[in-house]
Amino acid sequence: MEIKVRGIHKAFGSFPALGGVDLDIASGELVALLGPSGSGKTTLLRVIAGLEFPDRGAIVFGEEDMAGRPIRERRVGFVFQHYALFKHMTVLDNVAFGLRVRERRERPPEALIRERARELLELVQLGGLDQRYPAQLSGGQRQRVALARALAIEPRVLLLDEPFGALDAKVRKDLRRWLRQLHDKTGVTTIFVTHDQEEALELADRVVVMNRGRIEQVGTTDEVYEQPATPFVFDFLGNTNVLPGEVRGREVYVDGQDTPIVTASLHGSGPVDVYVRPGDLRVTEPGAPGFDAVIRSTQRTGPILRCEAVTASGQAIEIEVPHLHYDTQTLRPQQHVRLRLNQFSVFPRQTRNRDGTLPDVVPNAPAEYRARGRA
Amino acid sequence: MSAIVRSRTRTVIPGFGLTLGYTLLYLSLLVLIPLAGVFVHAAGLGAEGYWHVVSSPRVLAALKLSFGAALAGAAINAVFGPLIAWVFVRYEFPGKRFFDAVIDLPFALPTAVAGIALTALYAGNGWIGQYLEPLGIKVAYTPLGIIIACTFIGLPFVVRTVQPVLQDAEKELEEAAASLGANRWQTVTRVILPTVLPAALTGFALAFARAVGEYGSVIFIAGNLPMVSEIAPLLIIIKLEEFDYAGATAVASAMLILSFALLLVINGLQAWARRRHAHVR
Amino acid sequence: MSTITDATLQDPPRLPPEFKQGPLMRRNAAVTEAPWVRWTLTAVALLFLLGFLFLPLIAVFVEALRNGVSAYFAALVEPDALAAIRLTLLTAAITVPLNLVFGVAAAWAITKFEFRGKSLLISLIDLPFSVSPVVAGLIYILIFGAQGWAGPWLMEHGIKVAFAVPGIVLATIFVTFPFIARELIPLMHEQGTEYEQAALSLGASGWQTFWRVTVPNIRWGLLYGVLLCNARAMGEFGAVSVISGHIRGQTNTMPLHVEILYNEYQFSAAFAVASLLALLALVTLGLKAYLEWRHGDELVATRRH
Repeated sequence: MEIKVRGIHKAFGSFPALGGVDLDIASGELVALLGPSGSGKTTLLRVIAGLEFPDRGAIVFGEEDMAGRPIRERRVGFVFQHYALFKHMTVLDNVAFGLRVRERRERPPEALIRERARELLELVQLGGLDQRYPAQLSGGQRQRVALARALAIEPRVLLLDEPFGALDAKVRKDLRRWLRQLHDKTGVTTIFVTHDQEEALELADRVVVMNRGRIEQVGTTDEVYEQPATPFVFDFLGNTNVLPGEVRGREVYVDGQDTPIVTASLHGSGPVDVYVRPGDLRVTEPGAPGFDAVIRSTQRTGPILRCEAVTASGQAIEIEVPHLHYDTQTLRPQQHVRLRLNQFSVFPRQTRNRDGTLPDVVPNAPAEYRARGRA
Repeated sequence: MSAIVRSRTRTVIPGFGLTLGYTLLYLSLLVLIPLAGVFVHAAGLGAEGYWHVVSSPRVLAALKLSFGAALAGAAINAVFGPLIAWVFVRYEFPGKRFFDAVIDLPFALPTAVAGIALTALYAGNGWIGQYLEPLGIKVAYTPLGIIIACTFIGLPFVVRTVQPVLQDAEKELEEAAASLGANRWQTVTRVILPTVLPAALTGFALAFARAVGEYGSVIFIAGNLPMVSEIAPLLIIIKLEEFDYAGATAVASAMLILSFALLLVINGLQAWARRRHAHVR
Repeated sequence: MSTITDATLQDPPRLPPEFKQGPLMRRNAAVTEAPWVRWTLTAVALLFLLGFLFLPLIAVFVEALRNGVSAYFAALVEPDALAAIRLTLLTAAITVPLNLVFGVAAAWAITKFEFRGKSLLISLIDLPFSVSPVVAGLIYILIFGAQGWAGPWLMEHGIKVAFAVPGIVLATIFVTFPFIARELIPLMHEQGTEYEQAALSLGASGWQTFWRVTVPNIRWGLLYGVLLCNARAMGEFGAVSVISGHIRGQTNTMPLHVEILYNEYQFSAAFAVASLLALLALVTLGLKAYLEWRHGDELVATRRH
């Protein structure tokens, strides 16, 4: 089922949870709503489900406007974050619930209901557990019961709220892969909410990045990762270094250095913020396009060597290289290095540094760098 | 009532109008309107007439006795209630579950039954009374008997308010105090008691509120001598039987006002206890 | 022969007698009391319970049987006693279901929705607990009594409320009003609305959601509330005493019958009827303890305040 979200506004008291959201989801797509807490992602999911009513805007399933339709008529499969399995019912009764509450003329005969429920339990690989109670299941099993229960009503769209939020790391990974396979098998249009970028990028066909009740960017994993539309998207999808820079034509001068990086995709001019991931910084020869830094400390975490460094302008940055990379020989404390940027994004300079980004001047940066940075 | 306004946001759960409407109707018809009737009747007396009834020596004595005995009973419970709660939370002894269940007896035992049983115990020839009488202690048919009855009905209020707080109080706090060099007495007085205090006060107020209006368990042991052992609720009944409706409503409204004031105090105490409790966590 | 070596290996190593318990006790001393303090406190607590709770209870049964078993049963099957038992059962049978429906409706409105004035509403529901039972009886006299608001009109139409069964029922409803609601409100508040939302999303109607999802979730709390409500309804004395008129065989409930017998110096008969009520209290306490023990997790909210 194709879903259109049009101009959705929703406020809780004075807090604007959604401030004008438009979104198109194609039939059979698997879409992630990604964002920090308070970004409005769960509210959007609940509005689509019919669990919340928007102040303004339309939700269209196919050709049918759903605004004003109660949830029980929308036929959406909603999987709650904590599953909301009925404790007093067996697994089978939970799955069969949606069929049993149908009006008599639409309700399949009891034998068929049980058969259908068992099929679904097979599908979610819980065959044989149908007489257990939810309390007797593990977290991952409960999650799959909740899915089977939602699928039982042959939903037009499957909505999952933080589907892996309550599970431990190992189970999470397995379930994620399994959910992808299940989606490929059933082909139900699926939307899920997550705050975990890795989960969103691995699982979804398209990712909807949300912030403060608005959509920042919609795109495939590659699109949001390679061409982030806003600093927020760049920052939210991974570790970030922010460096001062200046664009003149197709040249970008990073951190006040005089050897520019030349790229065809740049245009315009003026002060900018250069966003680069720690893993996209590599050592290069002195004077090459890039910028200078002094390594302050290094820390090996598993297969990655993580370095803290200070740029010439006194900006603290992070560098990450695989531990067997030949750069590791140069990346030693107190070493002066020239760094090149394998991949980076440029955004117009922001007047104020947002929380979490690096301060302009590190108070304990060596005096000579501070002097040079100001020059 | 006008404060309850339909200002909720729309939700998917059905039945708001039906359930709230029914709740308000039932509440108004059975509780609020009848209660308001007391004040309307009392107002009919006029300020002077009202004051005349309430300030008559017999009424004053009855009110004093009801509140005084309730206060004394609640005070006894405020000492023994936390002690009992402590013993049940912290110590193991045979029959604990059984004893714990029996603490609620005053909730479950009809008050008239409690009243005649207490009288049977404390009357001059009763089980306990026969040993107290020679010592010059008269319990039944004196204010002391009323205090005993008030203690009986108030006990579970204190125990049941303090018990969960003690259960939740982390032993770590005490271990921390001990590790900082406090001896057991210091730990108890400076760490445990302050934690329990709001709950104990709440329980005290609840026991007090219940005992003030108590009738059944008090009436048999009280003796009901005007000016000496006649409680306020009984005075209401006596005035009713004399068809002195105005007098009865005057006494009743005085009691209601005092109990509502008490209710405010209890709510304040509970809010305080909650804040305290939340703060510790 | 080899068993001997096995046995020595499996036995816990023997400690010299002076080591037994010594270090353990000293270690625990930080967070517990010396044994003599523990024993004293426990003894004081149990003696207090014994004196204040057990003795009255035992007294009821001993006094009831003072004149022998046959006198005991004679007091119970006496027509007025039977009438009182019937009236008490009838009152509870009307009161409890009415308060049950009210309790569920109030808890639903309060816990499933947000609206202004909610905490005021909760306080108002609790109000009858802080009203003296005598006043509870009085308020209905003021309305339905001969001099009451509705009294003359009722008299004209031959309807008796005060000094009749309807008055008794009304007064009982008043004093037992909050029991079920206050049991359910914290419980349903804790459960939230997610189960109901899940049921609705699966296509259930409002009633289906209520009966198939909500009621099973609150059944033990409901039973707990009914239990307490029933105990109070059957045992209520003050409120009923004011409004009943004490007409033997007609408007006498069991507690009132106890009072009448007692005031007529028929002590053992009074205690015999009282013993039935005491038994009711014991059964209530037993069931209550069982519910707390067996389904405590589904009553959680009630056990913490």
